[in-house]
Amino acid sequence: MRVRVQSEPFDLGVELAGFGAEGDVGAQVTFTGIVRATGGLTRMEIEHYPGMTVKAIEKIAAEAMSRWALDDCLVIHRYGPLVPGDRIMMVATASRHRAAAFEAAEFLMDYLKSRAPFWKKEYGPDGAEWVAAKDEDEDALSRW
Amino acid sequence: MLDVLYFAWVRERIGEPRERVETGAATVADLVDELRAREDRYALAFSDLSALRVAVDQELAEWDSPLQGVREVAFFPPMTGG
Repeated sequence: MRVRVQSEPFDLGVELAGFGAEGDVGAQVTFTGIVRATGGLTRMEIEHYPGMTVKAIEKIAAEAMSRWALDDCLVIHRYGPLVPGDRIMMVATASRHRAAAFEAAEFLMDYLKSRAPFWKKEYGPDGAEWVAAKDEDEDALSRW
Repeated sequence: MLDVLYFAWVRERIGEPRERVETGAATVADLVDELRAREDRYALAFSDLSALRVAVDQELAEWDSPLQGVREVAFFPPMTGG
């Protein structure tokens, strides 16, 4: 299990090299979140809670490891200034079978959205605005 | 003494990211009442608690969470990670 919070970009190839190499892994799922230019968005600033962020994500990742038969899981989340096309974050899961890998990756994504202390501020043609949390993001947690 | 931290628009409304607060508040809700009474910018930031979340010693907490022995309290809007 690996969790990283950083302002620097990350390289998928580098991060996935050797990921899930231990154990009898038959499935690897990765998800990457990318900044979109929706609504004329020109840039984004992600704030986080340095003392809490890694701990909160580690707790979510540990829960994923215990609920599914995962051999490994990886979460990287960026903060700071980002522009459309930038990768914001990624999760990867490795398991014997794909069902566990897919489900655990979705679980991680759902929880990162509303339980990891990040806040996005978007800059566009109408100025700057904090992204509001959506009810559906909170509702998504109830399925787990 | 308590370290009180603010993030995102809560930080912007209050005008600073953190401060040391001398308080005898027993719960988070009591601390919020003390802060609200200070100045308008606090009253404004804490006007709708349903739009806020709180962490106590870097773990998500509730409004009635006790503050005894606590070192750090953080207030922020619902998180938008991912």
